[in-house]
Amino acid sequence: MVKRFLSRAYIGIILLFLYAPILILIVLSFNASKSRAKWGGFTLHWYQQLFRNEDIMSALYTTLIIAFTSALIATILGTAAAIAINSMKKTPRLIMLGITNIPMLNADIVTGISLMLVFVAVNYTLGFTSVLLSHITFNIPYVILSVMPKLKQLNPHTFEAAQDLGASPLYAFYKVILPDIFPGVLSGFFLSFTMSLDDFVITYFTKGPEVNTLSTKIYTEVRKGIKPEIYALSTLMFLTVLLLLIFINRRNAGKNAPIRKL
Amino acid sequence: MNIKNTLTHAAEKKPDSGVQFSRVNKVKWLSFPYILWSAGFILIPLVLVLYYGLTDNNNSFTLSNIALITDPINLKALLLALELSIVSTVICLILAYPLAMIMNNSKMQSNSFTVLIIILPMWMNFLLRTIAWQNILEKTGILNTVLKFFHLPTLNIINTPAAIILGMVYNFLPFMVLPIYNVLIKIDKDVIAAARDLGANGTQTFLKIILPLSLPGVISGITMVFVPSLTTFVISTILGGSKIVLIGNVIEQQFRLGNWHTGSGLSLVLMIFILISMALISKYDKESEGGNLW
Amino acid sequence: MMTDIKLINLVNITKSFGETVVLDELNLYIRENEFLTLLGPSGCGKTTTLRIIGGFESPDKGQVIFEGKDITKLPPNERQLNTVFQKYALFNHMTISENIAFGLKIKKKSKAYINDKIKYALKLVNLEGYENRMPNSLSGGQQQRIAIARAIVNEPKVLLLDEPLGALDLKLRQDMQYELIRLKNELGITFIYVTHDQEEALTMSDTIVVMNQGYIQQVGSPEDIYNEPKNAFVADFIGDSNIIPSIMVEDKLVNILGANFPCVDTGFGRNKPVDVVIRPEDIDLVKPEDGIITGRVTSLLFKGVHYEMEVTANGREWLVHSTDLFPVGSEVGISVDPYDIQIMNKPESEDEEAVEISE
Repeated sequence: MVKRFLSRAYIGIILLFLYAPILILIVLSFNASKSRAKWGGFTLHWYQQLFRNEDIMSALYTTLIIAFTSALIATILGTAAAIAINSMKKTPRLIMLGITNIPMLNADIVTGISLMLVFVAVNYTLGFTSVLLSHITFNIPYVILSVMPKLKQLNPHTFEAAQDLGASPLYAFYKVILPDIFPGVLSGFFLSFTMSLDDFVITYFTKGPEVNTLSTKIYTEVRKGIKPEIYALSTLMFLTVLLLLIFINRRNAGKNAPIRKL
Repeated sequence: MNIKNTLTHAAEKKPDSGVQFSRVNKVKWLSFPYILWSAGFILIPLVLVLYYGLTDNNNSFTLSNIALITDPINLKALLLALELSIVSTVICLILAYPLAMIMNNSKMQSNSFTVLIIILPMWMNFLLRTIAWQNILEKTGILNTVLKFFHLPTLNIINTPAAIILGMVYNFLPFMVLPIYNVLIKIDKDVIAAARDLGANGTQTFLKIILPLSLPGVISGITMVFVPSLTTFVISTILGGSKIVLIGNVIEQQFRLGNWHTGSGLSLVLMIFILISMALISKYDKESEGGNLW
Repeated sequence: MMTDIKLINLVNITKSFGETVVLDELNLYIRENEFLTLLGPSGCGKTTTLRIIGGFESPDKGQVIFEGKDITKLPPNERQLNTVFQKYALFNHMTISENIAFGLKIKKKSKAYINDKIKYALKLVNLEGYENRMPNSLSGGQQQRIAIARAIVNEPKVLLLDEPLGALDLKLRQDMQYELIRLKNELGITFIYVTHDQEEALTMSDTIVVMNQGYIQQVGSPEDIYNEPKNAFVADFIGDSNIIPSIMVEDKLVNILGANFPCVDTGFGRNKPVDVVIRPEDIDLVKPEDGIITGRVTSLLFKGVHYEMEVTANGREWLVHSTDLFPVGSEVGISVDPYDIQIMNKPESEDEEAVEISE
């Protein structure tokens, strides 16, 4: 019993540590005072202001577009690559996986700098596209590493069986392989989307002066003080995800619930 | 009858890998876009860093960019970054291991739920979350208000190395928890039962079985925390004020000022440490092929 | 050889997981040097019984008595018994000799003693020279032997084996059965063995405990269990059999599907409903005029040592094993030796009722 209590207390403290800053940001989004240091009473003002602030809205738009597009392209490229890598012999497979690990294990600052140097070397103006290409680059590994385990679980003969029954390779892929690996593909997509949304360092080095994502916008405001609208926006984004996850969790829980005898 | 002989014959053959699209070698072509992509956006960029790091403004070979690390300011920034990142990695390990054990032992919730609760904070922008720590740590911040209320001495953490360590631990703790948790859930419960059966008590079972078996996860976790801590410039900017300079800040500044050769040279020094980490991880992570990371 | 000393006594053991009662008031004793097998379909409670003896589960109610002492609350590491796990549960990060030495090192035995033991154990399981290999480089059968070696070096009084051959293929499984019997004889200790494979149980055991749905259905020697199953469940689970609802007309006479068959059982009363078990190999197919009843062969399969036939007679399929061939469609007489008719009371409680075994 004591052990159980201690375990719960420990989890509680860690969760407090992880979620305290989030709570503070949510509170700040309702703070009437512009300074984050003092409480000026409850207000919904910043939520109204938020949608009129073109700077923030355009940064949000850029962030979402880049997150979605880069995750989508990375998912397609990464899934194809994972299937190919999985069917490779040991040595080429290990080489490919080694390369795949580089963007994951390398420091963001080095990845960001190196990508910037490439764009500059080919005289490509830094902007929206360079950020998008960079995000695809660091997202692909997450997709590959999400899809690979699902591919390993596949029965090696189902694909052949489908073809044996007359399916073309493409049809067999859509009907047999894809449904089985889909959970991995999906989690690869969402992982990519999250990583892209949360990225600052790589965007910072590859964005050029014209483009801003939410991250880079926030960074420019660190010294002069964050606009309270940003707190409102992040609160909205966080709550959206939270509700979505609760919804998914509930639905899954309902599915898995044991069937009671009537 | 020779039983040994029948045993070797009956030995199960492990399949080389999962799906073998044996008759459809065309599948290999699917990797072409990715091979081109990784050449263009992973390998060539790194070669460029190497090139810039080893040349000067006239494109002639030099080691002076790398030698700049011995400059007292740069060296101090590197040593401080090493110190802070090692300390935060150790703290993360100490915090994460028991947490992963508890998560593994609680059969109540599903795996994905437990993992989600750890990843969920990432959906709040990490710069903002780090900024929120300013609110907590400031002289008149939340922490000191609470301490005052209980008549405890107040702490002056903001703009000190301690604040940076806290920021690192806060931001990278999930990267330590998840790999360890992922390894722990894969340990066969019967293996632990076997150790108990053979006479090991709880502590012996942990030291001789659970800990060694979880080592790959620990190594993954250490790398995933150490590398971003060592190279950060954001956390030190937000929580360290302007006085504390880490190697990441130096490199960022060099690039901001347009000194690409210098910045690349210092990055190369940084990459030595990253390469050591990568070598460590690949030594312990052979079997899972990177699967321990997530 | 097995003695009459009761080494382990399970008293009123009850265990549930959530709302499912896995064991209900189970009582069982195990004698010194006995090879006892817990046999039953999955979910019958056999593994739970073994895990309670091993100390990995604690019963909700009841006691585990070992050599007269109550060990119900003793953790596994303090019990004088060792377990061989279903999927071997070897320590993959240790060499074979480190695996075998694990228990001995914990008991702080001398280096020389440990080395001797490793040599002895590897010799015993026919894997000499494997000291420095890693478990992953061994085949399933070899890993199983190491798991046994690792357990027996600790000189347990009892060895618990949880479906140890379940993951091996048929040929290997048969070889290992002989190996286990040899081991048990050489070691002279008690084996408690869990399996769902009735053939394995019949081959190796001194005593078989047939379990179903948390209840013991029958305890007895392999011969008893096979020849005189106590109820339809046991009869159905152990080997192929014809189980036919019948009427006991009087002592030594049973009416099966309308025909009177002489038998040897007495004491069931007059005109009492019973279940009759007749093993397929005990049915004699004869000329139609020589049989007690007649029927027609509806299917024929060659099984190697014998033919397996289905005969329709008096509205029922009879499963018959015979070395004589009767082609499909031929008319045959059915006759059964009185000694080969096993009469069983109808199950009294629901729990004893025969359960369809699907593999």
